[in-house]
Amino acid sequence: MKPYNNLRATLAITKASLRSIFRSPSAVVFSLLFPLIFIVIFANIGGGAVSIDAGLAKNADTLNPIYQVLKNYNVINLRKDLPASDMQKNLNKGSLDAIINIRRNNGLPAYTLDVTFTAASQEKGNMLRSMLKSLLYQFNTQADPNAQPKVAELKETTVKGRESKYIDFILPGQLGFSLLNIGVFGTAFVFLSLRQTLVIKRFFATPVKKYSIILGEMLARVAFALLGAIIIINIGHYAFGFTLVNGMATVLNMLLLAFIGLVVFMGFGFIISGLARNETSVPPLSNIITLPQFLLSGTFFSTAAFPKWLQPVSNILPLTHLNNAMRKIAFEGAGLADVTHQLLILLLWGIIVYAIAIKTFKWE
Amino acid sequence: MATQPIITVKNLVKQYAGFTAVQGISFDVYEGEIFGLLGPNGAGKTTTLEIIETLRTKTSGEVMVDGFSVDQQADEIKQRIGVQLQAAGYYPGLNLIELLNLFAGLYGVRINPMEVLQKVALTDKAKTQYKNLSGGQKQRFSIATTLINNPRIIFLDEPTTGLDPQARRNLWQLIRDIRNAGTTVMLTTHYMDEAEELCDRVAFVDGGRVIGINTPDNFIDELVARGFERPKQVKQANLEDVFINLTKAPQPPKGGATTQDAH
Repeated sequence: MKPYNNLRATLAITKASLRSIFRSPSAVVFSLLFPLIFIVIFANIGGGAVSIDAGLAKNADTLNPIYQVLKNYNVINLRKDLPASDMQKNLNKGSLDAIINIRRNNGLPAYTLDVTFTAASQEKGNMLRSMLKSLLYQFNTQADPNAQPKVAELKETTVKGRESKYIDFILPGQLGFSLLNIGVFGTAFVFLSLRQTLVIKRFFATPVKKYSIILGEMLARVAFALLGAIIIINIGHYAFGFTLVNGMATVLNMLLLAFIGLVVFMGFGFIISGLARNETSVPPLSNIITLPQFLLSGTFFSTAAFPKWLQPVSNILPLTHLNNAMRKIAFEGAGLADVTHQLLILLLWGIIVYAIAIKTFKWE
Repeated sequence: MATQPIITVKNLVKQYAGFTAVQGISFDVYEGEIFGLLGPNGAGKTTTLEIIETLRTKTSGEVMVDGFSVDQQADEIKQRIGVQLQAAGYYPGLNLIELLNLFAGLYGVRINPMEVLQKVALTDKAKTQYKNLSGGQKQRFSIATTLINNPRIIFLDEPTTGLDPQARRNLWQLIRDIRNAGTTVMLTTHYMDEAEELCDRVAFVDGGRVIGINTPDNFIDELVARGFERPKQVKQANLEDVFINLTKAPQPPKGGATTQDAH
């Protein structure tokens, strides 16, 4: 008799599981179709509700009526706390949309607004430009409708930056959302249902090892999720111009990061499969894990737009860090070595989650 | 019939928190026979079966299967037995061929799935999912999965429960065919006609103990010898004979006839 082959048993489970996933409509809809639909919708809407981050130069005059009005614009988030060097760096990256300086002149016009836009954020830059223009127009026409600008003029420059589109923000978020769904829902459902329908018990009557069953199922989900990621990235890149700074290398780094995130998320799934008493209790339990992260992890909007008291919550969630790392890799061309901070937090989550999963997981 | 024991169970005890399901059961199953474990619900039949199948641990006693101990050599035993569980499901979303290939991977053997399906007359259902089979077909498929690793012994836990008379006869023939091909069969059942028809020997289990082991014929003869009489003489036929006679006569499942037990 030939020696028993654990690898073959593992791969047999992987193959069966993959077939089963592809035939289950909910898996395909939640992990592939939904993220794609969100990408299509949001890529076309653009950054509608997103706030404009503008840095205010250190030496800017703040004792003037223009500043008082600007300060109260809800859409414009004036940031005064950044050092000048950071400001310039952020502008180049597009995480600041513009830098505004207000100078007081001795003659007319009384004020000059020096605004530096960035090619990295053209859409928001254009929004800000038109807002400022109409604001200054109001000031000037109030003073004297026909004359040259007397109160203030706008002087603009634009720094070169890599153009950042909303797709560059939304796609990594949707990718994270997809990984979260596959990891949590998929894993929780499959182990609960295999346990309840005694499929696992029948497996135990064969020489298969327990780790083969776990590994086989995990491998299937990894294969499915990475395939989904490749599809999402390709559609994003070719149909919506998603930026891949270093091309293939960026894609590989994204997939590696996706793998790490998925493993952490599957840990949540293992916990839920052990806690759930039946199939109807899986969705509510899973939603407790996925919904807050879906909303608070910067999937749709930058976490910077959240109120201050909410920021610490969103900074704890693993998806926040996966999303941040994913955006750094995709848009700034970082490698995994450049996102060690995020990876460490994900690792910490992994340790906590699997420690709990080992306690709660049930075979029968 | 050979009288070489292939399974020996000695003083088997299984305690759960609070109660003792099996209280010192002993019996032998001989190579090449069909052995039946009979008794009311909760008697300990399934527990005993699952301990022999290495699916459950025992509290004490000794169980040997084909020369291997369930304590230290569970893997060797698993490779030599085929197991059909009561009410077990199969991996969702797969058709019969894919399920058989999965089991081939789990057992570490190479098979031709169509040949396996041929044995249980399910070749025309090869691309069907398990959940869409009829009751009789489901049981036949379950038995097919026990044959994948060419086992020395197969275990069937209430294989005909819930089947119509035609499908039961169909399954009996299949079980006989498997035994005739050299495989030892151990089964549990609630149907005494089934035990009488199929089993070479039966053991009655009640309250976690064996209360008798013999051939069905000897059990009946002993009872009659003790002066037992049925209160009312039965007629030459019963309603089941009428059912079989009015619906089409069962065909042996060999060779592919599958239509008569579609419900």
